Amino acid sequence: MTINEIYEQLKEDYGDSIIELVENPPLDSSIIIKSSAVFEVCHTLRDKPGFEFDYLLCLSGLDLGENLAAVYHLYSMKHAHKAVIKTIVPKDNPKVPSVEKIWRSADWHEREAYDLIGIIFENHHNLIRILCPYDWEGHPLRKDYKEPEYYHQMKVPY
Amino acid sequence: MGEKKRIELDYSKIESDRMRLNVGPQHPSTHGVLRLEVELDGEIVTEVVPHIGYLHRCFEKHAEKMTYPQVIPYIDRMDYVTSMNNELPYVMAVEKMLGIKVPEKVEYIRVIMCELNRIASHQIAVATFGLDAGAFTPFLYFFRDREYILAIFEKASGARLLFNYFWIGGLSADVHPTFKEDVLAIVKQVRKTNKEIEDLLIYNKIFIERTANVGILPADVAINYACSGPVLRGSGVKFDLRKNEPYSIYDRFDFDIPVGMGEVGTVGDSWDRNIVRMREMEQSCRIIEQAVAQMPDEGDVQEKLPKRIKPPKGDIYMRAENPKGDLGFYIVSNGTDKPERVKARGTSFVNLSVLPEISKGYMFADLILILGSIDIVLGEVDR
Repeated sequence: MTINEIYEQLKEDYGDSIIELVENPPLDSSIIIKSSAVFEVCHTLRDKPGFEFDYLLCLSGLDLGENLAAVYHLYSMKHAHKAVIKTIVPKDNPKVPSVEKIWRSADWHEREAYDLIGIIFENHHNLIRILCPYDWEGHPLRKDYKEPEYYHQMKVPY
Repeated sequence: MGEKKRIELDYSKIESDRMRLNVGPQHPSTHGVLRLEVELDGEIVTEVVPHIGYLHRCFEKHAEKMTYPQVIPYIDRMDYVTSMNNELPYVMAVEKMLGIKVPEKVEYIRVIMCELNRIASHQIAVATFGLDAGAFTPFLYFFRDREYILAIFEKASGARLLFNYFWIGGLSADVHPTFKEDVLAIVKQVRKTNKEIEDLLIYNKIFIERTANVGILPADVAINYACSGPVLRGSGVKFDLRKNEPYSIYDRFDFDIPVGMGEVGTVGDSWDRNIVRMREMEQSCRIIEQAVAQMPDEGDVQEKLPKRIKPPKGDIYMRAENPKGDLGFYIVSNGTDKPERVKARGTSFVNLSVLPEISKGYMFADLILILGSIDIVLGEVDR
């Protein structure tokens, strides 16, 4: 299935929740969806015959300046097709439903995106930092991040 | 005295106090700086919580401040025992963004180097797995052989571990004149040692008793956790990116995909994951022999490139089959010479997340074996 067919089918099922298809050949095309529909759309993508995306390749967080984005790279073992799903949320309220119950691999990916970018994944069973220390402040991969001067009385910039 | 009565105990009804134990981060059996918080019921593992991040070096933050070629040395340091393989998906991604095709000779050298590095990585994996099970001798055999492979890398790139050898559009330097003979000599040596190791370790009764039926990972769980590489193939899933989605020139070679078949235990146990690595070494030898035979002698090793590498706006996800599994790079370009975002999908990071799932209910000593059979490198987990 090509990304255009996936987009058409999703548009039929979910209507307004699917915002647009961004094409950029020869680079990857992506489907942009509303953050409120992430869980339902991902569930459909995994279970509906024809899609069957059973493999979550990668979940990344992005800082777009005003907004944050979560990017899902999906793959299907059965049909060997790929899809890129993006959802964009405002920086002051970055809430995205967790897909951890759909693909268990999303657990650590979501914790990483929360840790480094600061996207809050709702209904995640244990959304804590994973790479930075548990009491670290701020989200280092944001473009406006400033390194703290001290961490536990230790000087950070050296 | 009356008749002696044997006390029948229902062990399921006896519950001892749970104990929480800390493993690592500074312990050889955790293969690096990994901390495991383990809950034990007697000697049975009831819960495992991995704590990672001790080796976090902000690779992704650094990458945003570097130009595209400057990122490559950082990628070497992710999975520091398979640096050649790490560089490949990154350079392929940038080359695809720029729309350049690398010379034929470069493709062959890249494939040979990647397969040699795959052998070197699997040698470490099997060696340290044997070490976890208490077998010390195979470790020495493998490390002796690995030195020969590293000597070739040193002759080609000047470094033993962190090469910076694959550049965007080519290689940093051409290989030395005796490259082909050296490589074929290694292939011969690898096959000889592997045969010895099979007798010494793999089909050893003690080793089978320790590893068969331990840490069983069913295929559907492996897919749901997005496991890849020998961990996925050990569960009987015949999936290898080199065959299923051929990149570079892998479609020109004839090789098989070994999978776990549960020969001595159940499909997906620790022994299966280990035997997949042993058999993959043989397949890598086959690829190397074919590549050496087909490789052209003459030719340039660097494509002409503009002085500043500026890929067009957009994003790309490129993945390649690493020794440990599927390594992916998600690169977002903003049209300048520095990437907007580089996200690495670390193979070990994803494979490690399955550990709590498959180690419940086994003995504590088996937990160390299961961790060894997943084969992680903490440099890639923490990035």
